[in-house]
Amino acid sequence: MRESAVLDDLRARIAQIEGTDGRHYAIPFGIESIDCRLPGGGIATSALHEIAGSTDLADEASATVFLAGILARVEGPVFWCLRWRDLFAPALHLAGLHPDRVIHVEAGSDTNVLLAMEECLRQPGLAGVVGEVAKYSTTASKRLQLAAEGSGVAAFVFRRASRVEQAVEGTAAVTRWRVTAHPSEDLGIPSLGRPRWRVELERVRGGNPHSWIVEGCDATGRIALPAALVDRPAAQEERQFAA
Amino acid sequence: MASVDGQARTLGIVPGMTITKARSFAPELLVVDAEPEADLQGLRRLALWAGQRYSPVVAPDVPDGIWLDITGCAPLFGSEQALLKDLHRRVAGFGLSLQLAVADTAGCAHAVARQVPAGRPVTIAPGDHRKAMALLPIAALRLDARDVEGLRKLGFERIEQLVGAPRAPLAKRFGRQLYRRLDQALGQIPEPIDPIFPDHLPRARRGLMEPIATPEAFARVIGDLVADIVVQLTALGKGARRLDCHFARVDGHRQAIRVGTAAPSRDHAHLTKLLCAKIETIEPGLGIEAMTLVTPLAEAMSASQSDGLAGSGRKGPDIAALIDALANRFGQRHLHRAGPQPSAMPERSVARFAALASSSGIAWAGDLPRPARMLDRPEPIDVVALLPDEAPRLFIWRRRRYRVTQGDGPERLYGEWWRDHSVEGEQPYTVRDYYQVETETGGRYWLFRAGDGENPVTGPMRWFIHGAFA
Repeated sequence: MRESAVLDDLRARIAQIEGTDGRHYAIPFGIESIDCRLPGGGIATSALHEIAGSTDLADEASATVFLAGILARVEGPVFWCLRWRDLFAPALHLAGLHPDRVIHVEAGSDTNVLLAMEECLRQPGLAGVVGEVAKYSTTASKRLQLAAEGSGVAAFVFRRASRVEQAVEGTAAVTRWRVTAHPSEDLGIPSLGRPRWRVELERVRGGNPHSWIVEGCDATGRIALPAALVDRPAAQEERQFAA
Repeated sequence: MASVDGQARTLGIVPGMTITKARSFAPELLVVDAEPEADLQGLRRLALWAGQRYSPVVAPDVPDGIWLDITGCAPLFGSEQALLKDLHRRVAGFGLSLQLAVADTAGCAHAVARQVPAGRPVTIAPGDHRKAMALLPIAALRLDARDVEGLRKLGFERIEQLVGAPRAPLAKRFGRQLYRRLDQALGQIPEPIDPIFPDHLPRARRGLMEPIATPEAFARVIGDLVADIVVQLTALGKGARRLDCHFARVDGHRQAIRVGTAAPSRDHAHLTKLLCAKIETIEPGLGIEAMTLVTPLAEAMSASQSDGLAGSGRKGPDIAALIDALANRFGQRHLHRAGPQPSAMPERSVARFAALASSSGIAWAGDLPRPARMLDRPEPIDVVALLPDEAPRLFIWRRRRYRVTQGDGPERLYGEWWRDHSVEGEQPYTVRDYYQVETETGGRYWLFRAGDGENPVTGPMRWFIHGAFA
């Protein structure tokens, strides 16, 4: 290992200042190669996370289920603040997020979605708060991050129709993800196998960007690494992003 | 005769006639004794009903009208027109005949409602009340019959003549009432509506020694009022579902804020917070001299054991408080939980439940693939596919070409022929064949063909896209 004890100590101190030292609870994916790249070993609660699909509806759907899968593995109610009306609740259930746990808030506009999110984030004890927006400013992200830190609730901003090549504004979010559809394994029969996604961790505070090919959520919201890819050398997947 | 119905009116019978004279027009005339007291009670009941539904500020207007201050109430219905339509439809549904008028001033609305029998709601645009009043007869001003007669003898027929005439001589002859009514109708002096409240409901009032105008002061008084109400509610064993706070301004103007709760509540902090969130809608003007808090809707609520010393530890999230805060900002109907609804068609399989409705525990069947994002209405696509039952090889949607690599299906759904007012009602044999397809890039879409691929009765064999999977 190239890190010395001094560096470790410094990192721990910086993390403590930044509030990413894992003293809060984190929601692990249960996949070692993903969890080890996230501070605290998973999706940190009391923090803001950004998730995007792309302009393609199928990628948006993938990102939606990816998000539902994370929330399915936490206890408590979920507030999902909407601007559009295309979310189809049965799919959340298929990823393990029971409809009784999800309260939909039709806020109507970006501003209202952010307002509703902030209101929800003041309430401790929720499993998570999701907001779907087209655009949001750095200031808004700072406000949400502060609110999430205050209550210990995980906040997710779902940036809709976000272009892959789009230069992203600075953000206070702890992680930024992009989930897009990936061709699944050909079963050789006229049927579809488990869906695959390309999950890109575009930005993570206190860590490096990375990307994985994963298999979609099962009925309890767990993703998995495809069997054929598990043993592939990590270097081959390593990609650097200008985050 | 105190009052006559429309049919009698066409026969020439008017209020004020003697029964004998009226009988001479129509011998089969049905006469019912007038009961002014019962009429007043009925009017009061109707006003209280309107107070529940449309606006916190309502009052009966003896003998035959009801005042509704709908300032700021329209957004709950979408628009003022929608509110009027709803009000008209419901009151007409009670078997009453009515005429609605909306105007800037109470006097103008009163005049238009009685003088313009349009049969549908009349709205006088903001600022137009002066113009609207001009051509109406003087009788519309709510004056004594004697004064109206006297003015008519002097040659005054319409209100515009009165507006133009010198004031002093007329005021001397007919008293101050004449110009008070005129100025009220023209909006030069305020005419507050003195709202009525149901008798049995908890109510608290604070008259203030000095007028107040700052949000902080309002918040304080609201806190006091809520404390009073909470005591009353506790004694009754009830919790508030709705609260109206009325503000009386020094110039006689009245304003109100209304908040609702998803579950009965008598939590002081919670109710105060809900009311205080709306303080900004109040225009204090020169100051508020009295505030009244009313509970138009209260429901039974059992006493809960206080947490005491043991309860100082962890507590579950207070969802009800959060739901109320959101509902009062975005509207109750924009807040919901989804649940299964028995329907063959996927777009109708999601029902909306109130956010705090008791959990049913049931959900959709877990074995059918359903998209995460569904289009509001299916969009037509061009496809290359083999009939009758193969998934498309290629489809074009929104001018983009998608090459399909794998597919699964069909899942055949039969239309709900028992529905009268839908596409299926007209085409009872409708069939949709749904396919899941995966494109080159891995995107998974939900396509369907209207029709079973063989029998034209089942649909036009056109292809549509309905959503996207993960």
